[in-house]
Amino acid sequence: MTEIYMDHAATTPVRPEVVEVMLPYFGTEFGNASSVYGWGRRAHQALDQARDTVAELLGAASNEIIFTSGGSEGANLAIKGVAWAYQTKGKHIITSAIEHHAVLDTALWLKKHGFEVTILPVDEEGFVSPAEVEKALRPDTILVSIMHANNEVGTIQPIAEIGAIVRKHGAFFHTDAVQTAGVLDLNVEELNVDLLSLSAHKFYGPKGVGTLYVRKGVRLDPLIHGGAQERRRRAGTENVAGIVGLAKAFELAREERVAENARLTKLRDRLIEGLQTIPSSKVNGSLSQRLPNNVNVCFQYIEGESMLLNLDLRGIAASSGSACTSGSLDPSHVLLAMGLTHEIAHGSLRLTLGRDNTESDVDFVLQEIPVIVERLRKMSPLYQG
Amino acid sequence: MYSDKVMDHFTNPRNVGEIADADGIGEVGNARCGDIMKLWIKVDGDVITDIKFKTFGCGAAIATSSVITEMAIGKSVTEAEQITNQQVAEELHGLPAVKMHCSNLAAEALAAAIEDYRKKAAADSAS
Repeated sequence: MTEIYMDHAATTPVRPEVVEVMLPYFGTEFGNASSVYGWGRRAHQALDQARDTVAELLGAASNEIIFTSGGSEGANLAIKGVAWAYQTKGKHIITSAIEHHAVLDTALWLKKHGFEVTILPVDEEGFVSPAEVEKALRPDTILVSIMHANNEVGTIQPIAEIGAIVRKHGAFFHTDAVQTAGVLDLNVEELNVDLLSLSAHKFYGPKGVGTLYVRKGVRLDPLIHGGAQERRRRAGTENVAGIVGLAKAFELAREERVAENARLTKLRDRLIEGLQTIPSSKVNGSLSQRLPNNVNVCFQYIEGESMLLNLDLRGIAASSGSACTSGSLDPSHVLLAMGLTHEIAHGSLRLTLGRDNTESDVDFVLQEIPVIVERLRKMSPLYQG
Repeated sequence: MYSDKVMDHFTNPRNVGEIADADGIGEVGNARCGDIMKLWIKVDGDVITDIKFKTFGCGAAIATSSVITEMAIGKSVTEAEQITNQQVAEELHGLPAVKMHCSNLAAEALAAAIEDYRKKAAADSAS
């Protein structure tokens, strides 16, 4: 059976070109970048070069780049780091209801430690309103964290506009760009952000490595103490191979971004159009401001996990916002925040396209899904079809 | 994650459907938590002769519904109502821990159908 992977928002395979540049740093160039001898110097040079590349891709300076273990650490470091460093100035943080749990749970953890957190609602397409951000800003607001694009429904937020408002009010602005790095243009000046986090494995780089951009002048208390690495903001021997891989993958993604986005958008729209022909289905998220690879549809009367199991039996890898797949009793917090009922949110299906997907993959998926939906509906006590 | 037997019942569920002239109907769960099971039973004497089910839910919810129909057909209502969720899970060679509470409702659905059958039978004999 051919397997079709359509869960690229979860993770992506590492590109061979990326593996190739990483390999020496596992073997011959294994040195610790803090050491003074040749091995150490060469590792350090590789780090410097990777840092320059990432900085250039973000329109930032090299000393504004911190390498992390990934998106979750980036979000934690941005939010806790700023909160801790600026708590004498204020203890108010603003975020949105559809953030990744790495942001939401971090904000809620800070709430337990005496910070105040405002969680902004979103509209039915998943947009945060810049006007709502402005209303929520207070003199004691130290940080606003709004994601660039949502991982479940693909809605792209007006980050530059929100960033300008936040700056006017003297707070710092973090964006979780995990889903947009390598996909959209991430210029920190144009986006008006002070902190931006990203993760390599979402753009065909290795797992376990990410970047946090921190604008010069923004103070940050480290999460990990014990060394002078990353300008004392993140202790620990650097993951040289991973960092080199991240930079290479990011570079390749930018080179190919425009052409690949155009290709993916066509596939995405073909999928959306095809799935919309299924009765009692609903596309979630914005159709205009949407990641080029994201498809998210709810099929009424059926539950997501049983859909995923059926898809898996046909070799198709996808994901769902049902409770069973979210690991809690509630379905996706994102879909609920967008106003969907529990019942409908349980029946959501996310397909996220990537480099390896072709038009024939899309056509195969479009041939299989209606059969699966029909089969499960016939079993459903909610369906009167 | 799921045993072969769960996948067997999930891919080839037994006794899906409805019974138009059912003697008892049980429905448990709610759409909020993502699992609804509805069971129809046909009773002759006091023996369950037919069961059909419809389920909205995950793989475990569908498999437990399917397997309980096999476990209960041919049993007396008194025997059938003794079936526990634990026994249903064992019949399926186990369920993932997270599914034990949220999606393992089949025994409750059957008990609800039997209760409905008893109410109807009592009403019939009273009239």
